[in-house]
Amino acid sequence: MTSPSTAQTGEADTPAERGARSLRRQGGLAERAAEIAIHAVALVSIAAILLILIFVGKEALPLLTSPEVHKEVTPIGMLAPIERAGQALYMWQPVSDVPKYNVLPLIVGSIKVTLVALVFAVPLSVAAALFVSEYAKGRLREVVKPAIELLAGVPSVVVGFFALVTLASWIQATFGTEHRLNALVAGLGLAFAICPIVFSVAEDALRAVPRSYREAALAMGSTRAQTVLRVVLPAAAPGIAAAVVLGFGRAIGETMIVVMASGNAALLDASLGRSARTITATIAQELGEVVVGSPHYDVLFALGAMLFTATFVVNLVGERVVDGMRRRLGAGS
Amino acid sequence: MTFSRTYDHDHEPDGSGGLRMRFAFPLLLLPLVTALLGCARTEHASGGAGDAGSASESSTLSLKGSDTMVILGQRWAEAYMKANPGATIQVTGGGSGTGIAALINGTTDICESSRPMKDKERDDVQAKRGAPAVETKVALDALAVYVSASNPLTEISIPSLRGVYLGETKGWKAIGGPDHAIVLYGRENNSGTYGYFKEHVLENKDFAPAVQTLAGTSAVVSAVKGDPFGIGYGGIAYLEGIRALKVKKDDASPPIAPSLQTAQDGSYPIARFLYFYTAGEPTGLGKRFIEWVKSAAGQSVIEQVGYYPLPKG
Repeated sequence: MTSPSTAQTGEADTPAERGARSLRRQGGLAERAAEIAIHAVALVSIAAILLILIFVGKEALPLLTSPEVHKEVTPIGMLAPIERAGQALYMWQPVSDVPKYNVLPLIVGSIKVTLVALVFAVPLSVAAALFVSEYAKGRLREVVKPAIELLAGVPSVVVGFFALVTLASWIQATFGTEHRLNALVAGLGLAFAICPIVFSVAEDALRAVPRSYREAALAMGSTRAQTVLRVVLPAAAPGIAAAVVLGFGRAIGETMIVVMASGNAALLDASLGRSARTITATIAQELGEVVVGSPHYDVLFALGAMLFTATFVVNLVGERVVDGMRRRLGAGS
Repeated sequence: MTFSRTYDHDHEPDGSGGLRMRFAFPLLLLPLVTALLGCARTEHASGGAGDAGSASESSTLSLKGSDTMVILGQRWAEAYMKANPGATIQVTGGGSGTGIAALINGTTDICESSRPMKDKERDDVQAKRGAPAVETKVALDALAVYVSASNPLTEISIPSLRGVYLGETKGWKAIGGPDHAIVLYGRENNSGTYGYFKEHVLENKDFAPAVQTLAGTSAVVSAVKGDPFGIGYGGIAYLEGIRALKVKKDDASPPIAPSLQTAQDGSYPIARFLYFYTAGEPTGLGKRFIEWVKSAAGQSVIEQVGYYPLPKG
């Protein structure tokens, strides 16, 4: 295996040197093996993501290339409305004599539900993070932080069930929404699911603000509230922005809660009191049944690719923004 | 080979080992990738080669499909396994479409379906499994139209029901109910119940976009239970905490309540058969199980679940 090189280099060495090298080599070997194993594990996960991406792309590709598929659906047709009785209709009816694949109601549904979730979750989580990192002391902090983070372990199906059974009735009774299961209910359920993530990342960011900032602010005569709001919070802004981006990614990709709580009617409107159908829910409900290779199948994979791209772009842009903020803050100090 | 050669380079003193190592890792992944591809391929192959006979040699039998039938299938399986120790029967739901897809792909022995197979699906079974799809009627279901227990409406005609689900009739008042908008609940489109309703009530027209599609009949039932102005549809067996409307074939016909008698004599307008499908004539355990299901012992299970046994003769 290693004979040629060993033989060559071995000749000129003294026995002592040779011994030292073989010792080094043994240690090196073990280390190398560990290194290889770790690299392999890391690469396997990257490869898995790449393979998934390739697979999704491959399954969605006929939508762009296959004339057979274009007889039923084209990428432009997925955005254009259907004229019926003088009305422009945006319909998602893939199982039909004339299948209709308009994705706008699904995109709007996903965005609606995600925005509701962020509007509720972000202020709540950031406020909670501020409390835990700046105000809570000792025992209280030891209890509150893990308690909130424990929420991340609640299975989404449990959150969905709660939203479906309890939250939905309460919302309808309180706000008189047109549909019992609607974008608001689903968004609130999602908010519950993303709170722990946003909280946890934001809290870490606040905690990472150097103690000297706070001391300096206090020394300059600011009150506690001024210190927290005008010094600590801005200094932690990049981290909090990262928390929001993570929360967005989790919310738009979440499936179970929205399947259970949104009612899944593909309506194109801005109302929060009506049912909404998200991209993830559509894939979850329909992929089980489609004939492999049919236009419907390709469209579902295209939806998946779209979702993948959307979260990827948001993460990328988010990272840029966070980087920019960090640099500006760094230059200022 | 590749592996050992890379290893060699690592011991060269010039330090280029690291770079080569990075090169080598994708190579290490190759076996994994090929293994994955291989799996995918063999699965296809077995789907093509395996006929109905292949699974029946063992004493395990899988049933997959209709959510309407999943409880029924489980009760059948329990009763059969009790009477025949040694036989294992697994029952899963997912929807009739899912079950039919599984039959086509060869991942289930028996497909449970609450709607008849389409010609296209029969062709797919023939093409992929090399045997025709064999249909067995196993039970009878009256498709119930659910409303909340507090809804004063007692009957509905098929044409009005169609108007409601096409989105043409928007208020309860137009069909004799309270003065409030109708909230529509239905099933997701892989459901046999969805397909049956679309064909037999909507005359194959599209459901209104406002229909909320829920996973499983029990989800529809719980939604209607919680919504005084909701309407839904599903198997008669799920009737709990809600009411089933009497159904009129058309506006002039008498209203018929769903029941064993009206379903068996065909007077209830939206009664349907529930089916088992196999690829080719069932053999072995599959054959024994299906025969048992059709026997008096098997048929007596049906009423416990809430559906109706097949008409005699």
